[in-house]
Amino acid sequence: MKIHEYQAKDIMKAYGIAVPPGEVAFDAEGAEQIARRIVAGSGNTTLAVKAQIHAGGRGKGGGVKIVDGVEAAKAAAESILGMTLVTPQTGPEGKRVERVLLAGGVDIARELYVGLVIDRDARKICLMASTEGGVEIEQVAARTPEKILKQWFDPKAGLRAHQAREIAFGLGLEGKQVGAAVALLQNLAEMFVKEDASLVEINPFVVTGDGLLTVLDAKVNFDDNAGYRQPGHEELRDKTEEDPVEAEAAALGFSYVGMDGDIGCCVNGAGLAMATMDIIKHAGGEPANFLDVGGGADAETVKRAFKIILSDSRVKAIFVNIFGGILRCDVLATGVVGAVDEMGIDVPLVVRLEGTNVEKGREILAGSGLEIRSARDMGEGARLAVELARGGR
Amino acid sequence: MTILVDKGTRVLIQGITGGAGAFHTRQMMEAGTNVVAGVTPGKSGQKLDDEIPIFDTVAQAKEQTGADAAVIFVPAPFAADAILEAAGAKLALAVCITEGIPTMDMLEVRAALRGGRTKLIGPNCPGLIQPTTSQKLGITPHRVTRPGRIGVISRSGTLTYEAIAQLTDLGLGQSTCIGIGGDPVGGLDFADLLALFEEDPDTDAVVMIGEIGGTAEEKAAAFIAQNIKKPVAAFIAGRTAPPGKRMGHAGAIISGGKGTAADKVAALEAAGVKVSPTPADIGRTLASLL
Repeated sequence: MKIHEYQAKDIMKAYGIAVPPGEVAFDAEGAEQIARRIVAGSGNTTLAVKAQIHAGGRGKGGGVKIVDGVEAAKAAAESILGMTLVTPQTGPEGKRVERVLLAGGVDIARELYVGLVIDRDARKICLMASTEGGVEIEQVAARTPEKILKQWFDPKAGLRAHQAREIAFGLGLEGKQVGAAVALLQNLAEMFVKEDASLVEINPFVVTGDGLLTVLDAKVNFDDNAGYRQPGHEELRDKTEEDPVEAEAAALGFSYVGMDGDIGCCVNGAGLAMATMDIIKHAGGEPANFLDVGGGADAETVKRAFKIILSDSRVKAIFVNIFGGILRCDVLATGVVGAVDEMGIDVPLVVRLEGTNVEKGREILAGSGLEIRSARDMGEGARLAVELARGGR
Repeated sequence: MTILVDKGTRVLIQGITGGAGAFHTRQMMEAGTNVVAGVTPGKSGQKLDDEIPIFDTVAQAKEQTGADAAVIFVPAPFAADAILEAAGAKLALAVCITEGIPTMDMLEVRAALRGGRTKLIGPNCPGLIQPTTSQKLGITPHRVTRPGRIGVISRSGTLTYEAIAQLTDLGLGQSTCIGIGGDPVGGLDFADLLALFEEDPDTDAVVMIGEIGGTAEEKAAAFIAQNIKKPVAAFIAGRTAPPGKRMGHAGAIISGGKGTAADKVAALEAAGVKVSPTPADIGRTLASLL
């Protein structure tokens, strides 16, 4: 789960990490009031007005403005709110901006990078830092991997002070900055563990002209598996950032990802669902979606899955690929026939069944009198689906 | 010889009284698995189907029945603790089927298992099946398997069944099939299991089924180039998966340009592994190596 920059900064603040004064606004008037408060509180008239969307590269697309004074901040908020922001991460269609963060301006002396990730190979949390702040860490890793400092820790042990010192000295911090950085990094590590984060980034992590450390931009992702014990996270969810079909599928217990092709897929199991998209592509077609209906699909599941698939109007054929282990193929076939009968599906349907009671399942499909093509293996099923989607029936 | 379990392995089921636990315990017994005990806290003294004694703790079950391997069907919020309980009782093997365990919990489990006796398979996996001994510690449909000399290692569930069925159709039986799970942090990985299969005189060749996300396949490729002499065939799922999207499994995501199918296929091919072009050719690809 992704959250906005302002939400990430609020959480950091709760863990004792210094962030510039700031608040989110949903309209220009709100932005004006917030800007006035920030200027009154800090005496600093420089303000940052930042579009809040779940994508990076906002500055490049014109979604971040540094301005002087309350009026200028209001004008900037007015121009950013409602704009469709296109960044390297949004795709060409861009994202509509509904919220802006107003934040106190920062006098930047140095731009550093700090991030926390799950290191899948080491099976530990990895703290990464670099003197190359303000650019994507992947670029730094590709060009100058020696400039990335790393420390690993387990959730329970946490980040030790000496590990944080290694990073602080490695970043070239000095004097009081070292102690401040150690406290900040340990707080950040604690936050990562307690909030069940999967990614935390401060980029850039800034040394100000006065030698203080602050968070200029922040990114936090949460582990979806931990939602049950993080009730506060649900309030941070921005539904406008989510694909409505993906969200609907998730509510049904499915895993769905929309693609650009025209062959809808209905599969049980994530690996098989990916493999089904792959074999459609191999057969010369394009999958319309990834859809994993779960390991133990039943008749009702099939009906719901068809509804989800057909909500994409580009779908010209459906390929059902089910490996019946626990789930019996005859039960599934009955479900498919029932769904087609009831829903009146008007695109060609190819069904490939394998596993328990497969012969019975195929008989049910063949004897239904409905236009359902039965395939003996995945390869044949994919070829048939591609052919039918091209109108070759 | 076999890997991880053998004919004599005595199996206990954690979460045996839950719906999935009870159902799959019966399936395992039908397959021929030596299930000797169940564990559900507060239900000691009861029996599953008047046959399998249930205990409050893993330690009690081990002491009373000599169980040495656990299969875990405990719900996600309590599953990490269940793994640690199996490890605390010093079982040789814990197989965790549960999906949806927080990654932070699995990091703690890995830290706790370091240096201990217990090996972990999973979580979020179909577990292990050994057709040569009829031992099934998990949920793989045993009817599609057949005893033989091919090892199978996979991050997937149904795609693994698919691969096993393809092998069986070609008359190629299996020695042991292991689903290592689809989560970012789990137990034994490809390289660990390849090493075991290399040493197993009753395994001639190995099929590995990987997918996008992480670098376990690349690590396996490096390990194969250095240490594995037996033929290895592979399939990598997710060539068409878009970057930045989680494809069903928590661990199946291309992030920051890392973890693509193309990288994994290239690494495996460079290590001499034959990679199946489609998921329908996994069996034939392995057969071509024999």
